Amino acid sequence: MTEYPTTKPDSAPGASEGSSEVVHIERPVVEFLRMYMRNWSAVVGLLVFTAIILAALFAPVILAVDPFEMVWMPFTPPGQDGYVLGTDNLGRDMLTAIVYGARATLVVGGSAAALTIFIGITIGSLAGYYRGWVDEVLMRITEFFQVLPPLLLAMVLVALFEPTLTTVAIAIGVVTWTGVARLARAEFMRIRELEFVKAARSIGSRDRRIIWRVILPNALPPLIVNAALTVGVAILFEAALSFLGLSDPNVMSWGKLIGDNRDYLLDAPWTVTVPGVAIFLTVLAVSLIGDGLNDAFNPRLRER
Amino acid sequence: MQTAAPLLEVEGLEVEFRTRQGIARVLDGVTLSLKPGQTLGIVGESGCGKSMTALSIMRLVPTPPGRIGAGAVRLKGENLLQASEARMREVRGKDISMIFQEPMTSLNPVYSIGDQIAETVRLHERLSRRASLERAVNMLKAVHIPAAERRVREFPHQMSGGMRQRVMIAMALACRPSVLIADEPTTALDVTVQAQVFDLLKEMQEKTGTAIILISHDMGAIAEMADRVIVMYAGRVVEEAATDEILESPKHPYTRGLIACVPHMEEQPPPERGALTEIPGVVPSLAALGAGCSFAPRCSHADDLCRRQAPQPFTVGTDRRTACWLYDEPGAP
Repeated sequence: MTEYPTTKPDSAPGASEGSSEVVHIERPVVEFLRMYMRNWSAVVGLLVFTAIILAALFAPVILAVDPFEMVWMPFTPPGQDGYVLGTDNLGRDMLTAIVYGARATLVVGGSAAALTIFIGITIGSLAGYYRGWVDEVLMRITEFFQVLPPLLLAMVLVALFEPTLTTVAIAIGVVTWTGVARLARAEFMRIRELEFVKAARSIGSRDRRIIWRVILPNALPPLIVNAALTVGVAILFEAALSFLGLSDPNVMSWGKLIGDNRDYLLDAPWTVTVPGVAIFLTVLAVSLIGDGLNDAFNPRLRER
Repeated sequence: MQTAAPLLEVEGLEVEFRTRQGIARVLDGVTLSLKPGQTLGIVGESGCGKSMTALSIMRLVPTPPGRIGAGAVRLKGENLLQASEARMREVRGKDISMIFQEPMTSLNPVYSIGDQIAETVRLHERLSRRASLERAVNMLKAVHIPAAERRVREFPHQMSGGMRQRVMIAMALACRPSVLIADEPTTALDVTVQAQVFDLLKEMQEKTGTAIILISHDMGAIAEMADRVIVMYAGRVVEEAATDEILESPKHPYTRGLIACVPHMEEQPPPERGALTEIPGVVPSLAALGAGCSFAPRCSHADDLCRRQAPQPFTVGTDRRTACWLYDEPGAP
């Protein structure tokens, strides 16, 4: 904290200059990055996740093969005949399948999480800001979605419409937004009572501006952490849906690989464990990132 | 001063809050008037309606549970209680602006202070980003923030409480409002900084000619700043007078009590006065007010009449009013 200058600048210009030199001031973004980088597990998570994104992005360049194409004998164990991760029950290259599967996983996981955040923040912020009957109505809707079994609801939604990546992402978003909504509502209820909100109103800001420009930026830290964790949840949902054969049959995904090969778990364990490990690593990486963001946002962990 | 038309007039203002205990009338017939360039002090204990008066003038009373029942708030003749919400947004910040008690929380932590001042300007005037930021720098200079050009990019957490209150004053005055409501602007500050903030308010008032409503529970602050004072108790104005009159000869027993409570520094305190003076009792629950004078339970002069019927403000002398039965007939004490 800077010292308050006891002399006015026009009477003693030198004194005022000195006062601002007392503390070294860092830009908030720089300080945030520094805090994040201090947490090595979060850095590892970020590196792993970046690697997965890059692999998914450049999949056609690295492995210019159709992941559905039969390339060798079925059930070739990993490492044999040049197939690093072996082949599955239909003689498809596991490595190609994993790399292409990352695309479906990331696209669905990412867009479902984005949808979750969007619905959750919209509902939660309106409920928390306006309270009263708006809150009552929106929270009853939220509770309605909370009491439905999420996987079952997602399955029904996908079954009702065409099983494409878009519907899968929407279905996952529709069943997972309630947590974000409740968190956003709680944050809005806390922040709306703070004096700067009153101050914003007293300078003539309208509700729309107060919700999105004044309160939301202050509510973001816990919501961003939650968003990172939501990506993990969405990835698991996507895997579960495609394991059950409810995802797009024309798109290779990790859950689908496990589902297709589950009958051969004892004879060719790699066909199931390899995509399982891929799911595990991705969700772990995302969770570590979420954890790191949480620590970086938490001012109490910042020692001076 | 006597002849100038009032800038802001509040007349018979009533505000009610729905509570679990019933309807609480938090403001009951509040009447006040403010002339251009004048400073009006509002004193009273916590919960007596000072801040609620300010919020009602800005029409920022949270509704529900609050409700402005009756009365008028006239700014240059325009009744704000009948104005549209859009018109009120124009008035807030442009004609009437407000500074708050807690400088630590009244600035938004995620925006630079320059952005926040510029924002106020841009809400009310068609100005480019650059022009409004320039205005912000000039306002910071006006409130004596050192190195304003650099400070304008800093965030609230990088400033001390006194600095932030200066920023709040800069923000409130950025659009040159004709009325500034200061709701306990120095309560959260160090005593040394308090004096600086008051000096600044006076200086800014001289420069811009804004009228100030200063809300405080500190008689000392009021004595230093205000031209006129109104004393509030349980949602009513119990006394109104020029500042020096009220300090020299307080009429209402509550006002006397408030003034007696201000501790004095004496070289040799009289031995019989060991502890600080206080007014016995607390402000009553507004939902459970009886018919009588709301101060009667705490008043040493209270009699049957006081407990039966609430007094209307009586005019005392030429330019002061007090709501106490003691001043019922002319020539009373």
